[in-house]
Amino acid sequence: MAGSTLLQTKGLTAFYGDAQALFGIDFEVDAGELVAIIGANGAGKSTFMKAVTGLVKAAPGQIRFKGEAIGGAPPGEIVRRGIALVPEGRRLFPSMNVEENLQMGSFAARPGPWNLQRLYKLFPILAEKKAAPATSLSGGQQQMVAIGRALMSNPTLLLCDELSLGLAPIVIKEIYNAMPSICLEGMTVVIVEQDVAMAQQVSNRIYCFQEGQVSLQGRSSEVSRAQISQAYFGTPS
Amino acid sequence: MIETLVSTLAQGLLLGGLYCLFALGLSLMFGVMRLTNTAHGDVIVLMSFVAFTGMSLAPAVAGAGGWMPFAVMVVMLPLAFGLGYALQRYVLNKTLGRDPLPSLVVTFGLSIVIQNMLLELYSADPRSVDTDGLNTQSMILPGGLAIGVLPLIILVVAVSATALLQWLFNRTRLGRAFRAVSDDREIAELMGLNANKVYALATAIAFVLIAVAGVLQVMRTTVSPSDGSIQLLFAFEAVIIGGMGSFWGTLAGAMLLGIVQQIGFRLDPGWGIWFGHIVFLLVLVVRPQGLFPKTRES
Repeated sequence: MAGSTLLQTKGLTAFYGDAQALFGIDFEVDAGELVAIIGANGAGKSTFMKAVTGLVKAAPGQIRFKGEAIGGAPPGEIVRRGIALVPEGRRLFPSMNVEENLQMGSFAARPGPWNLQRLYKLFPILAEKKAAPATSLSGGQQQMVAIGRALMSNPTLLLCDELSLGLAPIVIKEIYNAMPSICLEGMTVVIVEQDVAMAQQVSNRIYCFQEGQVSLQGRSSEVSRAQISQAYFGTPS
Repeated sequence: MIETLVSTLAQGLLLGGLYCLFALGLSLMFGVMRLTNTAHGDVIVLMSFVAFTGMSLAPAVAGAGGWMPFAVMVVMLPLAFGLGYALQRYVLNKTLGRDPLPSLVVTFGLSIVIQNMLLELYSADPRSVDTDGLNTQSMILPGGLAIGVLPLIILVVAVSATALLQWLFNRTRLGRAFRAVSDDREIAELMGLNANKVYALATAIAFVLIAVAGVLQVMRTTVSPSDGSIQLLFAFEAVIIGGMGSFWGTLAGAMLLGIVQQIGFRLDPGWGIWFGHIVFLLVLVVRPQGLFPKTRES
């Protein structure tokens, strides 16, 4: 499986009403990769994640997962096929405690290694706080719940939107330290990240979006700061 | 003096049981979908008339006595479930969104349709069902307090329904689905839930509760096609007094409304209803979140 294309978008366009947010995104991620998407606010990163997970409509052939057209499919069908999203801002269910939030991820669960015990091993603090209201946790702990909730569906592709948003640097490091354990299971991961240095450090490949288009792509270890700056802002720094 | 007080409280609690049954369905639909069903009272009346028709069609069973309406109720429950499911799935789901106006207009229209349909089919005459005297039977408690058997049954059903609903919400997978679509519909769909189906199940359960309330109401007293608006008002008052989003709160709100109305009735037969309205308005002014709001945001 390693090396084969898992997710591919070709000329992906997306709209909010009449406003176009994505203008023909060509994107590929191979099985087992960790790919980062960077870009300024409004570049279309979150819209891209929403289009892939079915929250924003797309034409069927524009998104392919394991070779099958999934564009425009309802979110429930997409999660059953093996794509899970950790949404921007975490968006935990406020009426539920930690464990109930995690269990929500198993509504459309596929067979796989992830279950409550496994998650509590990955994030031991969640086992201690499993009965606490989810929104009473710190930002970092809430992010762990959001990641755990997505993992509970046993996805083959995990999409993480702005994991580090609003978190202290030490907490961000802790969250990203868990990534290797997640990837060990053969998981493919796509992250959207504002912190360019962190994105470059953890990923195999990097895409930069600008105004709804791909402005740069390459191996994370090979793209230079100057290239990123040019692609990020549209002007050389 | 003490006997009057105890008797008033007891009668108030029993009346509150009925109001609780009126209110639970409304509370459920609002809690899950933020949908205010202004046809709620008319659907209760519709269920009363369905029970009336069911009783007239039911064969006379020797020895069934006052329990026959309960048999009719059991037959009605799956029908009410199906009606609620279909109404939500194919009509009301299309009205949901950020703007509450479409659902208010559609359910208001539905209330007019139901009321006029009942007037056309049954005329404006009040109807009731034969309970073989069950609705007038009473039992004397130690201390000489007389309690109606049917009101007591209604109270037990109301408390049981509240406990069952709260358990369903807090402890079951379906309850988690209800809470998830209520908290964040988009994320709930990302978890694989079909919000439209979850909403339809919520209304289906609400309609089962409405059917129970409608049958018990027509067993207890007479019902006419125009009674819906006052039943909606009592249900609404109970939900607001108790606090939105908590079924135990709805029960408490209904009890308080029943007791206050009963105190009003005791002081003057014309005062009961407006005593209830005064308490409702006072709660809106002093504690608009209700007495026992669920701390959803905390």
